[in-house]
Amino acid sequence: MTKSTKIFKYVGKRLLQGIPIILAIVIINFFLLNLAEGDAVDVLAGEAGSATPEYMAQLRKKFGLDQPLPVQLMVYLKNVLSLDLGYSFRHDMPVNELIFDRFAATGLLMTSTIILAVGFGILLGLLAAMRLNTWKDAVITVFALITYATPLFWVGLMMIVVFSLNLGWFPTSGMTNIAAFYEGWDYVVDVARHLVLPTITLSLFYLALYTRMMRASMLEQYGQDYVVTARAKGLTERRITYVHVLRNALLPVVTMAGVQVGALIGGSVIVESVFAWPGLGMLAFESLFARDLNLLLGIFLLSSMLVVVVNLIVDIIYCFLDPRIEVN
Amino acid sequence: MTKRLLSINDLSILLPTGADREYAVQDINLELNAGETVCVVGESGSGKSLTARAVMGLLPAPHVRIGKGEIIFDDEDLTKVTYERLRELRGSEISMIFQEPMTALNPVMTIGAQIDEVFRYHVSMSAKERVEKAVSLLVDVNLPDPAKIINAYPHELSGGQRQRSMIAMALALGPKILIADEPTTALDVTTQAQILELISDMQKRLDTGVLFITHDFGVVADIADRVIVMQHGKIVETGTTKQVLQKPKHPYTKSLIAAIPRLKPRKARSRAAKVVLEAEDICKSFGGGRSFFGFGKPSRDVKAVQNVQIELRRGETLGVVGESGSGKSTLARCIIRLIDSDAGQIKLGDVDITKLSRSELRPFRKRIQMVFQDPFASLNPRIKVGDIISQGPILQGEDKDEASKRAYELLDIVGLDRRSFDRFPHEFSGGQRQRIGIARALSLRPDILVADEPVSALDVSIQAQILELLDEIRAQMDLSMLFITHDLRVAAQVCDYVAVMQYGKIVETGPTAELFENPKDAYTKSLLAAVPGKDWHF
Repeated sequence: MTKSTKIFKYVGKRLLQGIPIILAIVIINFFLLNLAEGDAVDVLAGEAGSATPEYMAQLRKKFGLDQPLPVQLMVYLKNVLSLDLGYSFRHDMPVNELIFDRFAATGLLMTSTIILAVGFGILLGLLAAMRLNTWKDAVITVFALITYATPLFWVGLMMIVVFSLNLGWFPTSGMTNIAAFYEGWDYVVDVARHLVLPTITLSLFYLALYTRMMRASMLEQYGQDYVVTARAKGLTERRITYVHVLRNALLPVVTMAGVQVGALIGGSVIVESVFAWPGLGMLAFESLFARDLNLLLGIFLLSSMLVVVVNLIVDIIYCFLDPRIEVN
Repeated sequence: MTKRLLSINDLSILLPTGADREYAVQDINLELNAGETVCVVGESGSGKSLTARAVMGLLPAPHVRIGKGEIIFDDEDLTKVTYERLRELRGSEISMIFQEPMTALNPVMTIGAQIDEVFRYHVSMSAKERVEKAVSLLVDVNLPDPAKIINAYPHELSGGQRQRSMIAMALALGPKILIADEPTTALDVTTQAQILELISDMQKRLDTGVLFITHDFGVVADIADRVIVMQHGKIVETGTTKQVLQKPKHPYTKSLIAAIPRLKPRKARSRAAKVVLEAEDICKSFGGGRSFFGFGKPSRDVKAVQNVQIELRRGETLGVVGESGSGKSTLARCIIRLIDSDAGQIKLGDVDITKLSRSELRPFRKRIQMVFQDPFASLNPRIKVGDIISQGPILQGEDKDEASKRAYELLDIVGLDRRSFDRFPHEFSGGQRQRIGIARALSLRPDILVADEPVSALDVSIQAQILELLDEIRAQMDLSMLFITHDLRVAAQVCDYVAVMQYGKIVETGPTAELFENPKDAYTKSLLAAVPGKDWHF
């Protein structure tokens, strides 16, 4: 079997294995969310202010919330299998539409964050390791330590204060300038300008983490036997660093980055709230308070699928980076 | 007169301040001529590896550095040349091969790419020429299917093949000097013999001077022209191989040579009638790469142990000999039920322990104990020695004071100070730790001791002491011992009976003396033929 057919088979197998995992996640989430007091009807009634118990019962009946939990679960599962995630009572829209609308925004934010965090993390870590115990190393290490220890929301707020309010370089919030009705290239530039602050805020923590990891990983690899062999062969230090050490040092960072994509979605809740970024995180935050369980479950389902897929992608990247790992 | 390639004059290498001694290597003088093999012998910590690395300028900078002296290669003092000049010399004029070919090769680059680098950084050749040259090098070192190996990654090759690739890489540009730092220590004995032969073949062809670092006098006897013996960073003796091996002058050399286990088997003792351990038809296979959700047949199935039969009688030592991957350790683990065998019976006296549940097995655990290979990894670093020894009996329900008292006695028996009781394992040397491991095994008063390569991580002089200790204890306590080893010399010294394993099967078994004198199986013969220095009587 050639490598590509092997990978093809492997992807199929992993995706199939993902189905029971995702189903289990759906079921667990369903029960977890139902443990919380109150439902959508309570919230709606509370906001309306003058709902009678009869009206509430009628609403519950309409939403199917009067059924016993297992029945509700079966109905939900049946709908999920036919790719119908239900209806959000709160937003008066099908959950499918709502989620996919918002997913684009979150996807954009996550992609730019990962690229920034992994890319610069690797670069800074590499630089620090190469200039070990010089002022460059010290600056990078201290920078990593500080950003590592600073809370996300505070960084976000400070970014807004400095770069939006005082300097006026970037917009404070949102994804587009609603009043401007940009089209074409102008629209892209507008979104990009809005993207800068949330991306930096969300990526700083991970950037610090990958910088530290990459530095440690490089230093560890420098101590390996094959580096001595490479020196004994008469290679230049340049070649040893960029070809021999770098590739081996990347492996743990890639693993870590893959694992953290899931955590990134969690982190985006805060950043999206601070910058009013219209993404999944903010949607999840709102729907939690509205007890909009259908919507929340839909978001969880999408996130878990995302994590399964991203882990698969990372594993495939890994098997190209490290020939010792075989897809099997 | 042959050409002088290298002379090291009054070389001293400084250790970082705060180390247990000031110099790693002190006032070393050494000469190497073209076509000559000089062996540097010494135990761990003697400074032999650092001496070799100093020649290449590969000392672990910046804390270990050259204090004084000169290393003259072709009228150039290598301690004074620029870094760039040193880089030019490395790999082209002076090459090096290392002990562990797995870690010494970059795991994520193909063998071909790693050989290719040597050409790219030293000579200018077209890509096509470089590939052709690499293939011809792999042919020279007798690697099968070089076209395939050039695209293989290190993990896809066996240990011997990796070391051959290393040698091909080192000899790529026909260097004048080859420095070999324990190149065969990590290899099996038959592979070792092949690699040694390969090195001397290549040496003859290229008239290379070989500086060979080793701890094994058997290897020295086979390949060296001249020998340098090092102890604590100093040269204690130097001379031709014959002089040093047959008429050693320095007491340290004498003690080292005396400590080498003789290949002459011990005298057979009369066999006791009582069988203490009987294993019948033991099978164990390991599977990997199961299909969907772990169901279905494993796609790989390695038969580690196949239908093995052994019988151990009271007071006797049975050696299980074989190369790595032969299944000897798996067998040992099955026998003490660290892992469960797939089939077969293991009878301890009259009871078949393979069928017992965990709790039923517990009383039998104390009757059969194990001594492990690695004295560093096998002792919990956070637990005091006394507790390590007394833990077993306490778990078996013995009184705490009683167990401590026993632990003190055991420390006496294995020759450790009683004060060791309250110390942690890291405070001890390898040999002392192995003594602790033995005391731990003995604390339960076992009938049977399973020793899995108990001396292979130790220096030869320590090795001799531990073997002696094991033998004393065996006699004193009337223990039966299952002794796993890859070293035929060790087996000859301690075993009454020997079983030779290959590919999970026992190919031959018999009394040690008989089996060594008159081996019947082809594999046994090849093992015996490969023992380094077998033609020398130390």
